[in-house]
Amino acid sequence: MNATVRAAEATDVGNPVVNIAIFAVFVAVTLVIVLRASRQNKSAADYYAGGRNFTGPQNGTAIAGDYLSAASFLGICGAIAVNGYDGFLYSIGFLVAWLVALLLVAELLRNTGKFTMADVLSFRLKQRPVRMAAALATLAVVFFYLLAQMAGAGGLVALLLGIDSTAGQSIVVAVVGALMILYVLVGGMKGTTWVQIIKAVLLIAGAAVMTFWVLAKFGFNISDLFQGAIDMAGPGGEAMIEPGKKYGVDGTTKLDFLSLALALVLGTAGLPHVLMRFYTVPSAKEARRSVVWAIWLIGIFYLFTLVLGYGAAALVGPEAISSAPGGVNSAAPLLAFALGGEILLGFISAVAFATILAVVAGLTITAAASFAHDIYANVIKKGEVKPDGEVRVARITVVVIGILAILGGIFAQGQNVAFLVALAFAVAASANLPTILYSLFWKRFNTSGALWSMYGGLVSCIVLIALSPVVSGSVDPATGASLSMIKNTDVDFAIFPLSNPGIVSIPLAFVLGIVGTFLSKGKSHPEKFAEMEVRSLTGAGAEKAVSH
Amino acid sequence: MTDTTAGSASGPAEETDYQRVQRSPEFQDLRRRFRNFVFPMTALFLVWYFVYVLLANYAHDFMSIKVSGNITVGLLLGLGQFVSTFAITMIYARWANRRFDAEADELRREIEEDEL
Repeated sequence: MNATVRAAEATDVGNPVVNIAIFAVFVAVTLVIVLRASRQNKSAADYYAGGRNFTGPQNGTAIAGDYLSAASFLGICGAIAVNGYDGFLYSIGFLVAWLVALLLVAELLRNTGKFTMADVLSFRLKQRPVRMAAALATLAVVFFYLLAQMAGAGGLVALLLGIDSTAGQSIVVAVVGALMILYVLVGGMKGTTWVQIIKAVLLIAGAAVMTFWVLAKFGFNISDLFQGAIDMAGPGGEAMIEPGKKYGVDGTTKLDFLSLALALVLGTAGLPHVLMRFYTVPSAKEARRSVVWAIWLIGIFYLFTLVLGYGAAALVGPEAISSAPGGVNSAAPLLAFALGGEILLGFISAVAFATILAVVAGLTITAAASFAHDIYANVIKKGEVKPDGEVRVARITVVVIGILAILGGIFAQGQNVAFLVALAFAVAASANLPTILYSLFWKRFNTSGALWSMYGGLVSCIVLIALSPVVSGSVDPATGASLSMIKNTDVDFAIFPLSNPGIVSIPLAFVLGIVGTFLSKGKSHPEKFAEMEVRSLTGAGAEKAVSH
Repeated sequence: MTDTTAGSASGPAEETDYQRVQRSPEFQDLRRRFRNFVFPMTALFLVWYFVYVLLANYAHDFMSIKVSGNITVGLLLGLGQFVSTFAITMIYARWANRRFDAEADELRREIEEDEL
């Protein structure tokens, strides 16, 4: 008890006992629901796709739960609170990106696939090499996304539970990881989906309450809210409502802004854990309804984050936020404390943990499906595997990925969380999206084009990040401290000047898909394309819901 | 009726059932309608998004013009992205529910009952 009290004094924010109690209630309630949902898990379709029995609104809420990760809630609020208008780009890019999914991908994917993104990509191409590439890209996206969530969990603990030591944070990362393994292992997609739904409702409700509260403090006048943020920022505070505070420094940073904008808008429709959600509904029509629901929920939530970000800037102040234990990411919890004291902080921090837990569970089941269904069942066993054997492998995969994520999360503590999420988006937009679009819409497209595009996008993206200032060679001019992942300032191999590789790797992947297709002597299969096109548009022969 | 193996009985040189459907005027019409709606809409929102991004990136003075109080042009254009996203979502859902589904369902029934 003494240690807890001391830690609470160290951060001076909230009451760790309240935080832990609210969090424990959430875990208990969701565990019961997961256990109930798991009673009907029999087949692979149950385990990976929740029996395809979720309704559009349910799945739409779960999609919002998957999408509104710690990066969205804590990251965007923090970016707006510290960088003002430039932080707004995240909200806009993340939202507009959903139109790509709605118009071009969701329904066609639901009609032609079964469990994973690779089902669609390998539909009319050579099964084994394409599945392998798609599964590797999926695992890469999921892994970077997972690292970001786990590292975020560890960092947040410093502020929320008052645990400052590295060892203490490592224990929390391990606890979050173990809980996540339990959810996914027991509940499968059905249990995971219910956790997402509950968490999305809590998160959006919590953000709505805080938004209302902030607006009430400023007499429901947005202009006054901005004035509060300008005043709090001190001299030159006008920059808070003008573009360019972060990205307007010189030509290179402006190019970085473009690169980020491109990765954001094209990343979503290639995120494997989002794509997999389209298989949990009974039909393409329900897939459409779920995206429409998701767009409304996500859009409204991002409008809240605009108010919350400026609210944190006005009521807490950019300097207080930057110097808090959780850094930029602590803007939303600090605002909650400033508004409603320790109870609201306890609620919001429990929701933030729930967010991380639920997103990690969604990512893990995607990675497990991708390994068990694509690599194990179709590449290694060449499709000759019993369905329950595949589910068994998926469960083992969950445990392995969970342990890797825990280790990675402990290792990645204190590293740049936003960078890892942006990397996941850039990898998704480069490695997955071109091949998804080509295989749905381009008759001439073939296996060679898919492999060129997927491997080209994946490799170029990761290599460019490794050579960027995010990994090495970026030094804070004021303090001389390193801003990169490699803390030794003597090490500098950053020959690529941008921190987001999207502007190079995404067009490259699109071009490689075309070049690879035309250079190959392998013929395309007009009869398979006919089947895919007819099925994708009419829904003939699509996977049906499981009836119990 | 979940005939997912349509066409597998015919030899490689012959036309499959799916190819026959694909060639049919009904399907060609369905595909044309779908593409005529979806492609221009995609071009529209992408162009509008990048116009916004370029303005925010290279036209700071324009975006900082105050319309009323502290409400800037940049804020209004940013909120405009939200409005256009919601609008396109509703327009598409309405079009797909009212126009596209009926035709697609009819074609699907014919395929699954082997009427084409």
